[in-house]
Amino acid sequence: MGLTKESTGTGALKEMFEVQLESPDDIVTALAGNPNTGKSTVFNSLTGLNQHTGNWPGKTVTNAQGRYVHENKKFVLVDLPGTYSLLANSVEEEVARDFICFGNPHATVVVTDATCLERNLNLVLQITEITNKVVVCVNLMDEAKRKKININLKKLSSLLGVPVVGTTARSGKGLKELKDIVKKVACGDINPMPKKVTYDEALEKAIQEVEPPIHDLVGNRINSKWAALRLIDGDTSLLESINDYLKFNLSENTLIQMKLDAAGKHLVESNIMLEDLPDLIVSNIVKAAEKISREVVSIENESYNQFDRKIDSVLTSKLFGIPIMISLLGLVFWLTIAGANVPSAMLADGLFWIEGHLTDFFYWIEAPMWLHDILVLGVYRTLAWVVSVMLPPMAIFFPLFTLLEDLGYLPRVAFNLDYYFKKACAHGKQALTMCMGFGCNAAGIIACRIIDSPRERLIATITNNFVPCNGRFPTLIALASIFIAASAGAFSSIIATLSVLATIVLGVLITLLISRLLSKTILKGLPSSFTLELPPYRKPQVGRIIVRSLLDRTLFVLGRAVVVAAPAGLVIWLMANVTIGDLSILTICAQFLDPFAKLLGLDGYIMMAFILGLPANEIVLPILIMSYMSKGSMLELDSLAEMRQLFVDNGWTWLTAVCTMLFSLNHWPCGTTLLTIRKETLSWKWTGISFLVPTITGILVCFIVAQGVKLLGLV
Amino acid sequence: MNNSLISLNELPVGSFGKVKRLIADGIARRRMLDLGLIDDTTVESLRKSPAGDPIAYEIRGAVIALRSEEASKILVESIKK
Repeated sequence: MGLTKESTGTGALKEMFEVQLESPDDIVTALAGNPNTGKSTVFNSLTGLNQHTGNWPGKTVTNAQGRYVHENKKFVLVDLPGTYSLLANSVEEEVARDFICFGNPHATVVVTDATCLERNLNLVLQITEITNKVVVCVNLMDEAKRKKININLKKLSSLLGVPVVGTTARSGKGLKELKDIVKKVACGDINPMPKKVTYDEALEKAIQEVEPPIHDLVGNRINSKWAALRLIDGDTSLLESINDYLKFNLSENTLIQMKLDAAGKHLVESNIMLEDLPDLIVSNIVKAAEKISREVVSIENESYNQFDRKIDSVLTSKLFGIPIMISLLGLVFWLTIAGANVPSAMLADGLFWIEGHLTDFFYWIEAPMWLHDILVLGVYRTLAWVVSVMLPPMAIFFPLFTLLEDLGYLPRVAFNLDYYFKKACAHGKQALTMCMGFGCNAAGIIACRIIDSPRERLIATITNNFVPCNGRFPTLIALASIFIAASAGAFSSIIATLSVLATIVLGVLITLLISRLLSKTILKGLPSSFTLELPPYRKPQVGRIIVRSLLDRTLFVLGRAVVVAAPAGLVIWLMANVTIGDLSILTICAQFLDPFAKLLGLDGYIMMAFILGLPANEIVLPILIMSYMSKGSMLELDSLAEMRQLFVDNGWTWLTAVCTMLFSLNHWPCGTTLLTIRKETLSWKWTGISFLVPTITGILVCFIVAQGVKLLGLV
Repeated sequence: MNNSLISLNELPVGSFGKVKRLIADGIARRRMLDLGLIDDTTVESLRKSPAGDPIAYEIRGAVIALRSEEASKILVESIKK
């Protein structure tokens, strides 16, 4: 098509799609592909750490862009959402289609899975209908080789009419060739001539009728044959996009409407009813994909997926599926709990050693005492606590979790649990968003984007807080260790793990119950359609997992916690040190809350700690210790036994510990999570409901447990 | 030949079926088509989840789990392979 720079409109790219261009000479490449094809591995391998993630303008769909330089040319790689199709059945498909169609990238790379090529060709064929500048990347060639699946890449290229590159992105194999070809296509050294899908005769005729007036209007800005087909198919979402991006209202163009009516009539005359059109169009594409795949794929070993099937028959078996799942989760938590102790203590020692030197420094510059107290005992100490308590468990938990993700285990979790989510009128993928919530509820809420039904997405969002995040684990673990497992001696870390696991199972049950309750009340509706792909198991890339999970998740979450913890430290210090009469503001508030908190099996200080812990859950326990010691600043106790003694001296029993754990599981989401909910739902109302639902649940659960135990005379 | 049609979720695990009709419409139908469930597509019933629903099927080389609500709207002819 030979688009010049003017017609590709780099200005439009910048404004409408927020592509981060450094100069107008940057080459913009779109990266499309089905989910589970290793598309993000290709993206990461090409761009390294040179990435920027945000949202598509006005959409809650992640937009990742990255940069790389190849042969002195600067490339901007835009990672489109993974989709199976571009027929705009979802926001993701709409975003991907609009970028390829109206963003006019210099080249579009379609990443496909070599072990499942036929299904992937579907998307390739839809993309070559929109643009000629396509490069097909057949990824996971190593997996295909392992499964003895041969793919004739040359033949594939000639059948598709576009360049094809085989890659193994994980090991970097083939990526140089991919970059070479992308550059050639983008610069016009290669002009791909895709062989388009041929539709039934009557449909082709109809397209020919409608195409000319569209072409007259839009010129070469979009592929008019494809636009004609989409309009005949009654694709209103494309009409809206044409209106948005090209400023043409095709539905008001009488000539086009006339031609569309005529085409419709002719189709009916050829016995093609308009309501059958979508089927017909998709059938033609699927059959074309099937035909190509048959010619280029040869499978040496017909039972190539027996291994996967065998693993599945264990991991999703009726008898062992769920027990294995709970044990794996338990193992991850045990490793996190047992492994985090030592590094946590070391970090704490290190950070408090620095604190000592900070104090020396403040003396040395003769700073006023109050300034030292606020900054060092308030802000720095809170920060130090958050980092030492949070970092080690996260640095263990996230890589382990990413490992399960990379292996392909998580979709099996959704498969195992879907029935229960269906009973709760919720979406099976909610299981996946809950898994993310273990790491961080804010991350879990962003993950809710994978649920496309708005009603079920809201349910998943509101209930995500019922899975305890990393910020709450330390509280749960510490209380379980000192009040429940203390007498278990050598088995204490196992008992602690089991107690935490029980808390989590309770959280899952509450999630299901509340989901159902929401479905029957404010979010009435039936479960929407549900399809879940169970991708082949893959050999995980351990090195990559560690790097990515540390960078993407651990540091991200930690960074955010630090940002909220510092000002929180200041406020808490002030509350604990500013006195009215004889009492600090903190104590006055705690005394005010005490009667209510007692009803829930807590006390005023515990309640106050949860309230002040709004910015970040990990500071709840430190605030509590600080209040009890009434030292006015956070202190780390040297041993759990000391902590136990402190709590017991302040009137704690095992019931207080249980109620505190329950309230930790069921209370308002932290500030970051609330802001994320607001951002994702674009509504204060749903943010408010997300605040109230777990809070009310927590109050009820704690009240029932506390009063029940007291009535039975167990304490 | 139409009298031997059964819905996909009734297809016994381990056996094959050929898609003959979809009785869903709207987005649900489009999703099924996107999976490649067009006429005469061969589908294998692979396994049930622990609770018996959803069921995993092999469709055009991919393993896809469908709830009984969806699978019941896909009519297949049981075939031997």
